[in-house]
Amino acid sequence: MARNVTTRRKIITTAAAWTIGLIIFFPIFWTILTSFKTEAQAINDPPLFFNFDWTLENYAIVQERSDYMKFLWNSVILAGGSTLLGILIAVPAAWSMAFVPSVRTKDILLWMLSTKMLPAVGVLYPISLIFVQFNLLDTRIGLMVVLMLINLPIIVWMLYTYFREIPGEILEAARMDGATLKEEILYVLTPMAIPGIASTLLLNFILAWNEAFWTLNLTAANAAPLTAFIASYSSPEGLFFAKLSAASTMAIAPILILGWFSQKQLVRGLTFGAVK
Amino acid sequence: MGQIQLNQVTKSFGDTQVIPPLDLTIHDGEFTVFVGPSGCGKSTLLRLIAGLEDITSGHIDIDGTDATDVVPAKRGLAMVFQSYALYPHMSVRKNIAFPLRMAKMDQAEINKRVEGAASVLNLTDYLDRRPGQLSGGQRQRVAIGRAIVREPAAFLFDEPLSNLDAALRVGMRLEISEMHKRLETTMVYVTHDQVEAMTMADKIVVLHAGVIEQVGTPLELYRTPRNTFVAGFIGSPKMNLITGEEAAKHDAHTIGVRPEHIDVVESGGQWRGTVGVAEHLGSDTFFHIHNTGLAEMVTVRAIGDVSLKHGDTIHLTPRADEIHRFDAQGLRIA
Repeated sequence: MARNVTTRRKIITTAAAWTIGLIIFFPIFWTILTSFKTEAQAINDPPLFFNFDWTLENYAIVQERSDYMKFLWNSVILAGGSTLLGILIAVPAAWSMAFVPSVRTKDILLWMLSTKMLPAVGVLYPISLIFVQFNLLDTRIGLMVVLMLINLPIIVWMLYTYFREIPGEILEAARMDGATLKEEILYVLTPMAIPGIASTLLLNFILAWNEAFWTLNLTAANAAPLTAFIASYSSPEGLFFAKLSAASTMAIAPILILGWFSQKQLVRGLTFGAVK
Repeated sequence: MGQIQLNQVTKSFGDTQVIPPLDLTIHDGEFTVFVGPSGCGKSTLLRLIAGLEDITSGHIDIDGTDATDVVPAKRGLAMVFQSYALYPHMSVRKNIAFPLRMAKMDQAEINKRVEGAASVLNLTDYLDRRPGQLSGGQRQRVAIGRAIVREPAAFLFDEPLSNLDAALRVGMRLEISEMHKRLETTMVYVTHDQVEAMTMADKIVVLHAGVIEQVGTPLELYRTPRNTFVAGFIGSPKMNLITGEEAAKHDAHTIGVRPEHIDVVESGGQWRGTVGVAEHLGSDTFFHIHNTGLAEMVTVRAIGDVSLKHGDTIHLTPRADEIHRFDAQGLRIA
């Protein structure tokens, strides 16, 4: 039986959805707004909404004091590199678990996921020591590997879910048609899984971009990405709200734009398998 | 060339043995059908031949060479799956060309073969479509096209028609039979439908719980079923299997009479009963008879439209020379 949806009910749910959406978006909106205020206006009481003197001086100062492009470039390399590295490892892993499962496959998947339940700080010491030992502190390659490792369980899980939706008979048909394992993965599995792989790439890129624990703890100057750029403007004293906001806006803008243009792909990726 | 020989082949999944030691020879050019109820191991057997499942023990020879450890890609067999298993991201042309591309065949030769297969299968107008834009019957043709272009040693069919509607199934059945006559290639065909088995096969292999119950031509199985399982499985409607006193009269534990071998007579007759359900097919009528004094319900096939209704009394005489006799183990008594 179809549910009876009245107009009133529609209006209420729509209003509720918008309210929740706006509440969630408000901090980001406020950050962007504050970035165009002077430091004095930024802490004005009552808060100023639109009736202030719009200024770009925060952006100018931030740009002057620190090299935005260097941080941006590090973010791109770290997020992109860790994502590509992760996919290269995760595709064969997910393939074997989805198509040649053993009795322990479920356990392995859960075990991988369990690493995400551990607070990151719990392994700060061992990881830091390893980094010191191998001279990896403040290097892009070291951080890339760490970011890849912390997101690997999610990549494998997402790809596994995608691959599970692909009928095994199609891969068997490829085998019967004379395809080698490499050809099977390259010509049959991957093209069929492209939407899944794309949204996995995207989500992982965003996660790596926003990762702030390891990027802050393991970098100083050379490999520091945008998270470190923001952090350098947070200060216990002094008037830095407007500049901090400008730095934050500059750091989140690229990923916000990327997310905006790929939202369809992202939503599909996150809800995959939920509905047939 | 495509002779397939299974020697003492077994298959176990964990501790469960689904195929006990089994020997079977499929001769070159033969149309062999594996038939049996669901779960009898017929698909597993086909997958063992294909190499998609590893055999637990024994060995498989294809064309006289041991293929037991050969990967599916190298066995020279083509398979048509129940779900068609077409590559959804490729056009029909690319689907059919795929095995040739994998064989690193010359592009001109690939085009020639794809066009050839497409024209035989009436797919020429659809070559640039994706599988998703085709009907079930057309998809099945593409799957067959993909199998025939490589000119395999043998074709393996895994219930290829069970996803099609009844009318289309009869049409495709004929097409596959005609293809076999034309190509004269070995074909191994799995089905649970005994009508498909009877109409298409040169040789039928009846399987039950992983065991071969009987191997023979359709008419051999129909005329001389080796045991009660085959007797009951082959033929439609099912053979009447009667135990008890009536069987004892024939010195048997069980006797079997096919519904078409029981005559409806005006009066007298060997058995008398009441008509239960009557199924009118026009060309003939199936009566299900109760209260005959026999332990089992009896099914009778009368030619034409016989006007007996539910509850009417009916007189029956089984043809004496068409009575099959079986012993207590269910085996045929000669």
